[in-house]
Amino acid sequence: MQEEIFVSGRHLPNIDPHLEIWHWEISLYLFLGGLAAGVLFFAALFYLLKKEDEMPATVKYAPIIAPIALVVGLAALFFDLSHKLYVWQLYTTIRLESPMSWGAWVLLITTPISILWVFSYYRETYPKLEKKLQTFKMLKFLEPFEKFLIKNRKVMALALLPLTLILGIYTGILLSAFNARPLWNNAILGPLFLTSGLSTGAAGILLFTKNHFERTLISKIDLALIFIELALIIHMFMGMYAGSQVQLEAMQILIGGQYTVMFFVFVIILGLIVPFTLELTEIIGFKVPIIAPALLILLGGYVFRMVMVNAGQLTRYLY
Amino acid sequence: MRYAMVIDTLKCVGCSDCVVACQTENNVPLGYCRDWVTETVDGAYPNVELELKSERCNHCDNAPCVRCCPTGASHIVEGGIVLVTDDECIGCGACIESCPYDARYQHPEGGYVDKCTFCHHRLEKGQNPACVEVCPTKCMYFGDLDDPTSEVSELLKTRKHKVLAPEAGTSPNVYYLIK
Repeated sequence: MQEEIFVSGRHLPNIDPHLEIWHWEISLYLFLGGLAAGVLFFAALFYLLKKEDEMPATVKYAPIIAPIALVVGLAALFFDLSHKLYVWQLYTTIRLESPMSWGAWVLLITTPISILWVFSYYRETYPKLEKKLQTFKMLKFLEPFEKFLIKNRKVMALALLPLTLILGIYTGILLSAFNARPLWNNAILGPLFLTSGLSTGAAGILLFTKNHFERTLISKIDLALIFIELALIIHMFMGMYAGSQVQLEAMQILIGGQYTVMFFVFVIILGLIVPFTLELTEIIGFKVPIIAPALLILLGGYVFRMVMVNAGQLTRYLY
Repeated sequence: MRYAMVIDTLKCVGCSDCVVACQTENNVPLGYCRDWVTETVDGAYPNVELELKSERCNHCDNAPCVRCCPTGASHIVEGGIVLVTDDECIGCGACIESCPYDARYQHPEGGYVDKCTFCHHRLEKGQNPACVEVCPTKCMYFGDLDDPTSEVSELLKTRKHKVLAPEAGTSPNVYYLIK
């Protein structure tokens, strides 16, 4: 039996022959959101574990990534909206059924906290800036506020732990909630994006580490995360193999179609297996410039988001 | 009140009058459409079957577009019609991604998301949707499924019918008569 479907009179821009509604802005945001979530999660965690002085990169220096990533990511999201002036409508309601609504609210709280966290450390982390700022007397009024923040770091850290986990996992749930796009519609995507976000966060921290203890500990955590991520990817494929026809077809894009090279070369090999090996050899005692695995993980994390966003939009229900 | 559209695939000739009527009635921007005609050829010669049908937003009971909308712009009004409030829509595209029927688009000038409204403005005046009104073969029917004596209820009681992509779990309200 053969079946052919011709659609006449319909050539909707960005929708036919397949969706192109979400572009690079969305993949970039999903990557930066996960990165910021990862960096802030480790900062808050190790602050609460009282490792502030042993792990300065994690708690004090690397968190500068988070506000930058979040602001750039939010700008990208805003850029992608087609009815921009109405963006405030997001904050007139809380819609529990819509992951995008949780995301909007979590970002509204997390972004300022990330800025305040970095600000509360600026005297220690940017001594040159602090000298310059003293010449600006108008900034003096911020001093009591700064003291207040330093006193309340624990409160910020306690808030950041759940917020960053929600931020990290919601990006995956956002995609997996669309059952119209079979590639996205699998429950593993939430944990997978969270793990990938934490791993890119660890990679971001590695770029700032100076002492051996911190570097080794973060590398070990990252090794575990990469291992979990690989396992979750295998899990995703197994789930789709056991799925319906639409899922089998969706998976084909990754394992024998348009995005196969991109996915296996950039995500699996260069983004996960190579940095895993490099980090492992470094921990064993060989000299590896830490920037290599860290940048590969960041690259892999971005390509992963890009592949998922683009390939997902190629998949649909056939009826 | 539960509005439904019933379309007789045996009577449809695929003329696309419904598409043009909708574009005219609803000022649909050039190059866009809220309804469209599909042609499905099934089987191999000499045993070939052809199915023609007019498709649009299915005004689903379990509408994924309404669930994923972060602002509540996509909503269901009385009678089960799924509508978009222009000035609550931010144009994020989530509803377009969520629709298994790809029935929504971003309005090229307005930026908000647009789609079939079952001609809500005409229903308020007691008229049928424009597509139903113009169909030259009278293959489209519109009415209330809660009323057991309505034409649509009677048709669904007596004729074999289907909905599109029932496996997507959306409970559509556009039915196709197939026998």
